[in-house]
Amino acid sequence: MKRILSFHAGLVFAFLYLPILVIVALSFNQSRFGVRFTGFTLEWYARLFSNERILEYLTNTLIVAVVSTAVSTVLGTLLAVGLVRYEFRLKNALRYLLYVPVVVPDVVMGISLLLLFDVVRDAIGWPRLSLFTIILAHISFQIAYVTLVVRARLVLLDPTLEEAAKDLGATSWQTFREVTLPLIMPGVMAGALLAFSLSLDDFVITFFTAGSGSTTLPLYIYSSVKLGIRPEIHALSTLMVGVTVLVILLGVLFWKKR
Amino acid sequence: MREAATPAQRLRRVLLTVGPGAFWLVLFVLIPTLIVLVVSLMSRGSLGQPVPPFGLHNYVRFFSDPLFLEIIGRSLWIGLWSTLLVILLGYPLAFYIAQSRYKEVLLLLVVIPFFTNFLIRVYAWIVVFQKEGLLNAFITAFGLPPAELLPSTLAVYVATVYTYLPFFVLPLYAAVERIDWSLLEAAYDLGARPVRAFFEAIFPQTLPGLLAGFLLVFIPAVGTFVIADLLGGGKVTLVGNLIQLQFGSAQNWAFGSAASMVLMAMVLLGLWLYARTQGERGLDRLV
Repeated sequence: MKRILSFHAGLVFAFLYLPILVIVALSFNQSRFGVRFTGFTLEWYARLFSNERILEYLTNTLIVAVVSTAVSTVLGTLLAVGLVRYEFRLKNALRYLLYVPVVVPDVVMGISLLLLFDVVRDAIGWPRLSLFTIILAHISFQIAYVTLVVRARLVLLDPTLEEAAKDLGATSWQTFREVTLPLIMPGVMAGALLAFSLSLDDFVITFFTAGSGSTTLPLYIYSSVKLGIRPEIHALSTLMVGVTVLVILLGVLFWKKR
Repeated sequence: MREAATPAQRLRRVLLTVGPGAFWLVLFVLIPTLIVLVVSLMSRGSLGQPVPPFGLHNYVRFFSDPLFLEIIGRSLWIGLWSTLLVILLGYPLAFYIAQSRYKEVLLLLVVIPFFTNFLIRVYAWIVVFQKEGLLNAFITAFGLPPAELLPSTLAVYVATVYTYLPFFVLPLYAAVERIDWSLLEAAYDLGARPVRAFFEAIFPQTLPGLLAGFLLVFIPAVGTFVIADLLGGGKVTLVGNLIQLQFGSAQNWAFGSAASMVLMAMVLLGLWLYARTQGERGLDRLV
């Protein structure tokens, strides 16, 4: 039994890594076409870096990810605190609304935001599709993930700690800043990281809410792939996979230290 | 002693915490969904924009044309089989990882593809399946003629399974980690054979994780348009491709909205069934 399981696991891991390794290998391959390795070269990386556009797309991607993560982390954390600590009307409706961005297919979320921006633009002439609309769209799905992650941490919290702070004369705001926030900080960080990686990864919702001049890296990869395979894209993909691995390893080290 | 908060203070606290987020969700999630519903009842204007008159004509067109029913059927079919294949690959893997001495490393090996950019993961399969790709290099090495593997349904299946496999393994692993193995011993003590012992003692414990993982794969697999677009180009049309087409070159936003509502209804039906058996804790497992 054990042997079958490990054989199976070996096959699955091969399946998971083979395509990625092929891209990495081909990014250093001299031959422009095919998968035959004809010699080592860094030419595709050189071409990639000489393409000024790539830098622009990278900047766009990072601007969107950083701004949307900052906003959604603040809004989502507050929302989680309110949902766990207070009772109010329509609370159930809000809880269900929170699951919508998590479960609705990306393509539906994308076109719904496209329609919203179109309706508003028809009415007041603003906003045109740009980095701004991409950021609004990203916050809209990130906020749900941040809230749910932070909430999972909050419900584990001992409420007597907050009551103790209040009994000692702390105001609501002081209690939140000095007691609640530090205790839920790991949850907030986890939510922010998830939001950030969701933003970097998103293609579909960005696709529907982007305008001219707001190309992100995933949009660029998509349009290049539509035109055919190019070694520069192998190089770009290899770099992106490399950064992903690096960030995950750093994250693991960071978590282990704490 | 501190004093109890007055109703006005309580309202202020709720508004300060829940207010901004709730406002955002209403403006950017609830209202857009309602707009899609309204637009799905409109007609196509001369430039593709939605215009009155209102009616159910888009839905009538959708459900009376075999072409569109076929697209829905194909989306569900490919989504379902991809999900079953993911389970076939992922279910044993989660057990293997949970029992391995190197589980942290193996888990990391699942997490890396999980966080690798979605488009890169799809793109990788183009490199494998294309005419001068890896697979054909193998085939021709045996003296066989190269196969036309792109675009194809096979490529769509493989890439869908590949893309969503980590989505399944991670929640299932969480369930396997919590398994109470003493139940297995008890089953053996009661004389159950290994297969029966597994299905009576272990499988039910993994069921919540299995169902959550099923939805986490099935919903995006049914709704995807990128995979079918890049690997099935023109040959494999899913409901996601239909929606994209209507909002793109076909320029019929009203009909595209109706198709979106149909897709959403299918997803909500699945979720409703899931929530009925798993409750709200089940919904939390989907994050």
